[in-house]
Amino acid sequence: MKVDLCINGATCSADIEPRKTLLDALRENFLLNGTHAGCEHGVCGACTVLVDGEPVRSCLMFAVQADGYEITTIEGLAPAPGELSVLQDAFCETHGLQCGYCTPGMILAAHALLQHTVTPTRDDIVEAISGNICRCTGYGQIIEAVEFAAARLRIANTPRPHHGAHHPVDAGHDAPAEGVLEAAEADEPVVEAK
Amino acid sequence: MKPAPFDYVRPGSLAEACALLAGDEDARVIAGGQTLVPMLAMRLARPARLVDILRLPELAGISERPGAIVVGATTRQAQAERDPLIAAAVPMLARVLPWVGHPPTRNRGTIGGSIANADPSAEIPLVAVTLGAEIMLASSGGTKSVPADDFLIGPMLTTIGEGDCVSAIRFPVWPQRRIGVGFFEISARRSDFAFAAAAAQVALDDRDLCSDIALGVDGVGDRPLRLDVSSLIGTELDAASVQEAVHAASAELDAMSDLHASAAYRRRVAIALCVRALQQARADAAAKSTAGAS
Repeated sequence: MKVDLCINGATCSADIEPRKTLLDALRENFLLNGTHAGCEHGVCGACTVLVDGEPVRSCLMFAVQADGYEITTIEGLAPAPGELSVLQDAFCETHGLQCGYCTPGMILAAHALLQHTVTPTRDDIVEAISGNICRCTGYGQIIEAVEFAAARLRIANTPRPHHGAHHPVDAGHDAPAEGVLEAAEADEPVVEAK
Repeated sequence: MKPAPFDYVRPGSLAEACALLAGDEDARVIAGGQTLVPMLAMRLARPARLVDILRLPELAGISERPGAIVVGATTRQAQAERDPLIAAAVPMLARVLPWVGHPPTRNRGTIGGSIANADPSAEIPLVAVTLGAEIMLASSGGTKSVPADDFLIGPMLTTIGEGDCVSAIRFPVWPQRRIGVGFFEISARRSDFAFAAAAAQVALDDRDLCSDIALGVDGVGDRPLRLDVSSLIGTELDAASVQEAVHAASAELDAMSDLHASAAYRRRVAIALCVRALQQARADAAAKSTAGAS
């Protein structure tokens, strides 16, 4: 079945069997191996990607179901080749990873949290990564990493999405994420979300 | 952990979906897929065809009707969790949704999917049974609605007919102004399958007397059960009356034993959680102002 997906801002097409999960398509068809395959039945969270800005498990979604959404994988977070996002950097600084298997999923889950919560509480962070299993760190340093990234983002002179701005009630569940400014828009005055 | 091959179709309308389902006994509905896809991956389910209803416009959205809130079957759990209409009118549903799975599964999982899946420890079916919701079904022959208590008949078992598709859930809205809800569950880890859960909703009049009450338990037997505690109507919901009513109502409660918890433990926990849920619901309602509009 021919499938057109929008992955990290680029349109990618492939002929994909209906039974192939989005996870396997990302890794095998599009060679985006940063999305890790763990349990393959929706328990571990290693395969987490963002669909329209919200974390979902890519092993619980077929690639043929994923057209029309904005899909973001771990490869789509860095601002430029060779650089790290603030959150990725925070994971390095606080030793938020050891073997690294869960890390892409952890970072994407936490990234989605920081997109709509400027000052997350510890409980918010725990809830956001509650669907992701880590067998090395004991989670302490991961929570620390997210707190550290949140603090850095607060003091950074960059526009932040408004709280809840990407959760428009009336736009329906398939509405694209709103309120997330592109880098090019950063110099423009911030416009209040509708 | 790879599903067996199947055909995938995404009909453009509910009528088309119903026609596809009516003519094919090996077809299964897929919406959020958060339970079905693991079943496919483990090959516990091997449908020949998946009919994807997730993007059907007829099944999406949350709307207000006289005396009820109608939640479209494909409404995502995460969307319902944030919905102001549900928070105001069906507070019990808003209360339990954070306990349904994890944020990533709630972003894909649907309200209708949880009802159709009929897991005996799932929170959304518990709310549907406790409040007396109606399950609205579409088929090529037309639409009908079935009370949640008649729809959910056992573990992963419903009365849904071949060719039927859950189209919406109609949650009744209580007319009283001072309504409170309570919810507790016990599981090995938060968001794991509950060993026992209890949900309560009470309405208080201006003198703090109970004017309506609903109580349900989940995870204890093979399906969610509503307990009859109507003897508490007209009381102040004091601790002694609540204890007595819960014990009387749960006298016939059948509990199941499994690897995780014994029947005796489940019963004991269910009774304790019922009492706590009622107390929490009472406190929640009592905190609401007795004066005119708040």
